[in-house]
Amino acid sequence: MIAEIGAFCMALALALSLAQGVLGLRAQAAHAGAAVAVAQVAALLCGVAMACLIIVFVISDFSVSAVVSYSHIDKPLIYKIAGSWGNHEGSMLLWCAVSALFGALFASLRRGQALGLWSKAVGVQGFVTAGALIYTLALSNPFARLDPAPLQGLGLNPLLQDPALAAHPPMLYLGYVGLSIPFSLAIAALLEGRADQAWAKALRPWTLAAWTCLTIGIGLGAYWAYYELGWGGWWFWDPVENASFMPWLIACALVHSAIVTERRGSLAAWTILLSILGFGLALLGTFLVRSGVLTSVHAFAIDPGRGIAVLVLLAVAMGVGFGLYALRAHKLAKPSGFAAVSRESMLVWNNFGLSVAAGIVLIGTLYPLMVEAAGGGLISVGPPFFNLTVTPVLGALFLLLPLAPLLTWRVGNARAALKQLLPAAILALLTLGLALWFSHGRIAPAFGLAIGVWLVAGGLIYLWARVRRGEGRLIAKLALLPLAVWSMSIAHIGAGVLTIGAIGETAFRSERAVALAPGEGAEFAGRRITLLEVGEIEGPNYSATRANFRVDQAGRAAALSAERRFYPTSNTPTTEVGILGDLDGDLYIALGEALRDRPGVWTVRLYHNPVVQLIFIGTIMLAIGGALSLLALARRRKDGPA
Amino acid sequence: MRRRDQRLILIAAAGAILVLAISLTFFGLRDSVTYFVAPSDLAEKAAPGRMLRLGGLVVEGTVTPRGDDGVIAFDVTDGATVVRVHYDGLLPDLFREGQGVVAEGRWSPGEPFKADRVLARHDETYMPREVAEAIKNRGEWKGESP
Repeated sequence: MIAEIGAFCMALALALSLAQGVLGLRAQAAHAGAAVAVAQVAALLCGVAMACLIIVFVISDFSVSAVVSYSHIDKPLIYKIAGSWGNHEGSMLLWCAVSALFGALFASLRRGQALGLWSKAVGVQGFVTAGALIYTLALSNPFARLDPAPLQGLGLNPLLQDPALAAHPPMLYLGYVGLSIPFSLAIAALLEGRADQAWAKALRPWTLAAWTCLTIGIGLGAYWAYYELGWGGWWFWDPVENASFMPWLIACALVHSAIVTERRGSLAAWTILLSILGFGLALLGTFLVRSGVLTSVHAFAIDPGRGIAVLVLLAVAMGVGFGLYALRAHKLAKPSGFAAVSRESMLVWNNFGLSVAAGIVLIGTLYPLMVEAAGGGLISVGPPFFNLTVTPVLGALFLLLPLAPLLTWRVGNARAALKQLLPAAILALLTLGLALWFSHGRIAPAFGLAIGVWLVAGGLIYLWARVRRGEGRLIAKLALLPLAVWSMSIAHIGAGVLTIGAIGETAFRSERAVALAPGEGAEFAGRRITLLEVGEIEGPNYSATRANFRVDQAGRAAALSAERRFYPTSNTPTTEVGILGDLDGDLYIALGEALRDRPGVWTVRLYHNPVVQLIFIGTIMLAIGGALSLLALARRRKDGPA
Repeated sequence: MRRRDQRLILIAAAGAILVLAISLTFFGLRDSVTYFVAPSDLAEKAAPGRMLRLGGLVVEGTVTPRGDDGVIAFDVTDGATVVRVHYDGLLPDLFREGQGVVAEGRWSPGEPFKADRVLARHDETYMPREVAEAIKNRGEWKGESP
């Protein structure tokens, strides 16, 4: 019964989304109120459908096919709930619900936007939601029944029973779908033939929100990979990761170009192009993940029919987007006056670098498909390619980054800005020298660390320069600093922190395999690690072999344990690593198997991941920067005229 | 400097960087891609020191637990040829006898395949496409799931 209510709500929401699309595109003042109401009811219905899906998962209704495939009576409640969106069908319903919700929010928060642009964007968003709903209802209905109903479900893959991964898909989807509003606004601007500063003002919060959610989503995925997969990797340049990284790069470019369009009125055509591209890459990401055309360490139930359907949706969206762009973009081009050295030019370089990086990732991700189509056999493009190509582009971009905030709009003074940055340059060069010395001449990581220090120091110098301008005592000065300055500085310093963490961890990690019997120990990374005992334990829905360790370092002792779990429901083992954080990084222990010839002796893998915490701290700083920036926009909107 | 000259310099610099990025990309694609091979093609495709991805099914009963050298060994097959794989890292959680696996590493004639990385899927019902392809080519394909 509940499942039928959910399916019925989806069908109703589809009809309303189509109505929202037609009402919106007609853009008549008399219909504006109706369009808002329709969008709100559609969002409510999608919300009810999502709630129905969560309920059938919680009560374990095994007559619903998705529940059978991804749930189990014994699963903890939180993972029953997370299981509702942890599978393909449910995640598509989530996609629709988020799209409808954002559409309703956008429609409700008009705030003095011109009728034509606003209404047409509401209309396009209606069609985006409708497209997603058609796909979900026709090809991946989460409420499909199974007859006869089995007594028990198959259970969610135990690797996915994890708090970080419960939140990972919804955050990514918020980001992906968040990019649909900039897309709708871009199409509306092309239909109307204008994109002014008010338009960019409406665009900015959505781009920021989408980018922030993508940052959190990707960060959660990386963190999960780090502690769950058992060998300390956090980024693999896997096609599925690239699928989320490309929209992130474009959203990052869009966040910056929208600032130029809002503040200076220039780059409007480019901002529109990025908006279309960003959503296109989000759809492409969904296609790559769902179609299984690319081999990936991530696996999902693969269905070529679904892949083709997503490809059709992508083709329609991008066909409309790029077609309109080709016809109308020249009308939006405006002569823009800025010098080769100015805030604008720096933001153009930012966009250039991020777009080139996204292009390279796209080529690297699709290259295996092209080679295979051309009959060149099966290949894979892995980390060596991306490290060789993407890293230098981002490195060059980061070299310019600290300059941008110190330059003024229109015409900047490069000499003054460089002079201000002198301490940062000295620190970076010192880092370079020290890193070369300590790593025995490894050039690439030394440059990477120096660039990270350059970013952090440059961000702090900018912050200090802004603080000095204020009045009164230091505390008062800090408190008076605009939120926008804080948000930008935190995000830029975060990028530096992330760079230091990523380079340091990748280049200087160490690893050692040892065979230990209880009572034996090994020296590793300045610590003594002793295996105390190995025993069997029973968890709520698994059994496990647990090893307890003692770690002695500089007179301090700490306890640590690592497990190998076995989930009988899905007949799957998992590795639960032990992680001990310290100032110099993480000690990371994974338990292997018992030895062949000597029972009671266990293989244990020890990793030392230096400064790995900085990766996650940097990512959190990026997300905080995005969130504060959103807050700043909201506050400004409340204070100032609409 | 006139504004138009400045614009030209910007465009020229952007063009130069773009050319650099594109050539780097294609240089990278030539040198750092990994070819996928089935056990039967190994002898033909392998070159000394060349990184390869070997895909196939783990033969039942061939997984030899680690000795004191920490090396675990198992056989991989595509139905026609069997290749011994040596690996000293941790096996992925979904590694199992009789199931699909991809080993990334190097091979020279007369020696076992030395893997740097062993991949299995997050989903136990899914066979790596490359493995399916390899087995299909051998005419050993038996339906959708392994």
